[in-house]
Amino acid sequence: MTAKPWPSYWPAGDAALGVEFGQTIDPAINRQVHALARLLDQAPLPGIIETVPTYCSLLIHYDPWRLSYQEVLAWARSKTAQAESLPPVRPRCLEIPTVYGGRFGPDLVYVAQVHHLSPAEVIRLHSRADYVVYMMGFMPGFPYLGGLPLELETPRLETPRTLVPAGSVGLAGKQTGIYPLASPGGWRLIGYTPLRLFNAEADPPTLLNPGDQVRFVPIPPGALPDGA
Amino acid sequence: MALEVLQSGGLATVQDLGRFGYQRYGVSPSGAMDWYALGAANLLVKNPSEAAGLEVGLASLALTATDACLIAVTGAGFELRLQGQLRPLWTALFVQAGWTIELDKTGGGCWAYLAVAGGIQTPPLLGSRATYWRGKFGGHEGRALQAGDTLSIGATSQAGVTLAGRRIPPARRPLYGDRPTVDVILGPQAQAFTAEGLHTFLSSEYTVSATSDRMGYRLEGAPIAHVAGADIVSDGLVAGAVQIPADGQPLVMMSDRPTTGGYPKIAAVVSADLPLLTQAAPCVGRVHFREATIEAAQARYRQMMNTLQNSVEEPDW
Repeated sequence: MTAKPWPSYWPAGDAALGVEFGQTIDPAINRQVHALARLLDQAPLPGIIETVPTYCSLLIHYDPWRLSYQEVLAWARSKTAQAESLPPVRPRCLEIPTVYGGRFGPDLVYVAQVHHLSPAEVIRLHSRADYVVYMMGFMPGFPYLGGLPLELETPRLETPRTLVPAGSVGLAGKQTGIYPLASPGGWRLIGYTPLRLFNAEADPPTLLNPGDQVRFVPIPPGALPDGA
Repeated sequence: MALEVLQSGGLATVQDLGRFGYQRYGVSPSGAMDWYALGAANLLVKNPSEAAGLEVGLASLALTATDACLIAVTGAGFELRLQGQLRPLWTALFVQAGWTIELDKTGGGCWAYLAVAGGIQTPPLLGSRATYWRGKFGGHEGRALQAGDTLSIGATSQAGVTLAGRRIPPARRPLYGDRPTVDVILGPQAQAFTAEGLHTFLSSEYTVSATSDRMGYRLEGAPIAHVAGADIVSDGLVAGAVQIPADGQPLVMMSDRPTTGGYPKIAAVVSADLPLLTQAAPCVGRVHFREATIEAAQARYRQMMNTLQNSVEEPDW
């Protein structure tokens, strides 16, 4: 019987260890990453600094003054084995109130046209899906969401906008996401949420956690707080 | 007691050793580019290791102190003058109230660290005083210092004058230079590169480009060949991670790096050599990479930390 290639363990420099469960974007692989992260959070080893879940792997940052690579590897192996037998956990599910189109979603009409749909159908397809927060990265609070319907996959802008407002909901390739902070960006903007995804003065500083599920809930522009 | 900024031409930010525990939310660790130099500056003024100091880069900085205090400046690429008099780096120095403290950019390095006994007391955010310059939070108002800024300094129980003259001799400082050879641990995506590409990476000289900054150092030199394309499913990044995008030119992740990335990583610079690499200045620095084992890398790091903890020489008087 040949050994299965995953989970695999590798060093990232001399102060981090990766535990990898696959190499494709897949909800089942991602759930294994989050299951291990939860287990490690419950009983951290002294000298472990933090863990970072991504699509297919969990990166364990440690202090090489206190722990050797071999010690962290042995610990990670035993915890990974333990995580395999844990029952699945229901993720949190959060609603993202979203105003679609108009000045809040300047690319909604373009997205509709390019897919031969009406703007209302784009809204329906986008808001009917359940999305998983595979991971966060790129900028503070930025969620990488999985589950965009195939019919809505849209390439990025050829020339990014110099400023995308915070709260913008957009599409890029196979992904959909929300800008937590104003930033230049090349995503196709279809809507806006008044929810504050990132607040450096709060702990934790983000509304969403990696592993959560989200749904976009259409709201009318009149439902936005004043000044939005 | 406060420091007042008289003039700042470059990138001077409040930094500590970094903001940890929030990378899973996309929050970059930030913190000092040269961990050894900041650690040394704090030791010289008997601050706790987590105290915040000033990191000074690119151009000169001038300050004054409202009260007498004890300071130390470490790092490389800068000269220190107190009241116009040239003074040594890596030495605890007593500063009278109202004296000007000038850090002038010279060659031979990139980042200087100013520690004041009592530490810089900006409001901590997410457990750290590090400035995340790109995200505009942390440190002093989330930005580089400018003329007119005032930084509050913590109280200290010791009389600064009794500690003046403590120094860290050259033998206990990193061997900064323009042409460092830095050790790396290969991977995690070493297999994404051809054998020739790996060989090129480990045998070529790479110059530090002018576009290098606190987020990453862009290196220029012989391109490194991928087996099949330059995209991976995004995974986590460490300090010193060497990403190779499609153009084959190494991009080394630094303090304000993103927490995750989608380019394959050929290697990561070892912790012990990050100070050497960060002080190899843009346009001047030329870097060689050398493969190391993790065991050797971690042994070197522990030895370096030991050296740091025991680095301070008391004055002879």
